[in-house]
Amino acid sequence: MSGHSTYQPQGAFMKWLERRLPIAGLMHSSFVAYPTPRNLNYWWTFGGILSFMLGVQIITGVVLAMHYTAHADMAFNSVETIMRDVNYGWLLRYLHSNGASMFFVAVYIHMFRGMYYGSYKEPREVLWILGVILYLLMMATGFLGYTLPWGQMSYWGATVITNFFSAFPLIGDPLVMLLWGGYAVGNPTLNRFYSLHYLLPFVIAGVVVLHIWALHVVGQNNPTGVDPKSAKDTVAFTPYATVKDSFLMAVFCIVFAWFVFYVPNYLGHADNYIPANPAVTPQHIVPEWYYLPFYAILRAIPNKLLGVCALFGSILILAFLPWLDTSRVRSGRYRPLFKQFFWLFVVCCLGLGWLGAKPPEGVYVIAARILTIYYFAYFIVVLPLLGIFEKTRPVPNSIAEAVLVGDVPLGASAPPLRHG
Amino acid sequence: MTTVSSAEHTRRDFLYIATAAVGAVGAAASLVPLVSQMNPDASTIAAGAPIDVDLGPVADGQILKVFWRSKPIFIFHRTKKDIDEARAVQVGRLPDPETDQKRVKDGHDQWLVLIGICTHLGCIPIAHQGEYDGFFCPCHGSQYDTSGRIRKGPAPKNLALPPYEFVSDSKIRIG
Repeated sequence: MSGHSTYQPQGAFMKWLERRLPIAGLMHSSFVAYPTPRNLNYWWTFGGILSFMLGVQIITGVVLAMHYTAHADMAFNSVETIMRDVNYGWLLRYLHSNGASMFFVAVYIHMFRGMYYGSYKEPREVLWILGVILYLLMMATGFLGYTLPWGQMSYWGATVITNFFSAFPLIGDPLVMLLWGGYAVGNPTLNRFYSLHYLLPFVIAGVVVLHIWALHVVGQNNPTGVDPKSAKDTVAFTPYATVKDSFLMAVFCIVFAWFVFYVPNYLGHADNYIPANPAVTPQHIVPEWYYLPFYAILRAIPNKLLGVCALFGSILILAFLPWLDTSRVRSGRYRPLFKQFFWLFVVCCLGLGWLGAKPPEGVYVIAARILTIYYFAYFIVVLPLLGIFEKTRPVPNSIAEAVLVGDVPLGASAPPLRHG
Repeated sequence: MTTVSSAEHTRRDFLYIATAAVGAVGAAASLVPLVSQMNPDASTIAAGAPIDVDLGPVADGQILKVFWRSKPIFIFHRTKKDIDEARAVQVGRLPDPETDQKRVKDGHDQWLVLIGICTHLGCIPIAHQGEYDGFFCPCHGSQYDTSGRIRKGPAPKNLALPPYEFVSDSKIRIG
């Protein structure tokens, strides 16, 4: 990864190793000497937090797998055994279940940050698309994991989600039977979901490596959206970015711990403490909170196939974002109109999330339809047109200028850079 | 090494193409067991054999629920009112037009046998609920009438009918 190769191995062993496997040099140039823009704010610390959460989920998950039984007759009880009998089992399971939520909190902040500061724009398209793939993998992993306790919500959530595929003409029904391994969700389904739930986090880890690789090729974006031009625009990753990332990670862990120790079931559903019953559907099926906006989009559309297409489309459209946003100005900081539409989009996503938890009737459906239209319009209409019609504010000549001189007021020409 | 002009066919070209062809066939063939293993296994299929259900104990207006191939089957002993309601509808106006007569066996108009799975996303509808006295799905609000036909909501199709036959007047075989 393209850092400064200033690494000097110390000691005989490190010199010996460096000539055979230059891993210490790679780490040094990637995470120590690596130049980061000097103006990164706290919104840039969530990439590190996400890596940390992936580690938490893998470690707690591997340990939970030592006590869990993936069988339709035993899964529910094995989870209760973890909660009651296994030493610290309650803690490990609550860390894992709340860890999934915290993982999604971090990824949503990370995504909105990228969308506000135009981090998906040229030359970071591949970096962005790898991020969309990571998000899709996270959603799949989260869904698979939620079925494992084999409670009512697990069972019926799995039924509803796998039935999405029955919407496709002709191939739908055979495809769903292929996914189930039976005539309905059952033991074969649970087994394969467990296998895949164990596999996908390592696929995520692999794509994370590609994501970081792509990041280090094109370099980090920054709040001004202006590429670093001289050494004055950057600082070394260590200590500057390391300490900033670590500080917010610690704060993030406090919030995480508050959920785990004080409200561990707040983000779950009571129905999932009822063992799966294939004969009775719970009165009110709701997915986990992090899927709610997409669930609201599904239910807003009165046609099954179109609803499923809209749900998949609302996620896949993110991959096309680099080409849908036509503005030449990267950062939202210098785009007065974009800012308003962006925050409206954030409110729209939160609104859809709230509506996804409401029953699908009356005014809720109408509101969900309005927000669904805005969700898609933001990508298909607003972003392409804004780039053509918006009058943007002048962009600073360099990061150093923006930091040392301050932002340029609207309509003024950029002041000359002070040399000093 | 002499340079061979690209127009000439060498033994290496033959080996290259032959290896690629065998490799492609092998890779495709290896997909067959990998995909096929996901389908229902032999024991699951065997357990899906036909079942006999005695209709004797099912009272007027009652719905008996049995499982066949892990699917809930509703056996609805319809009252005269239920049948009349189902037949008073203008078939052409239904989202999935089908007459009530086609959904029951001749001479057994009172028996409606359905797969009790909402055609939207697979939840189990609640019987005797909704605006049409039939079935109401709690998940996304689909409503079915006393013939199990979709009347309102996001479900695209009528409740499916399992294959079944009357073995005698009071016994059916599902499957």
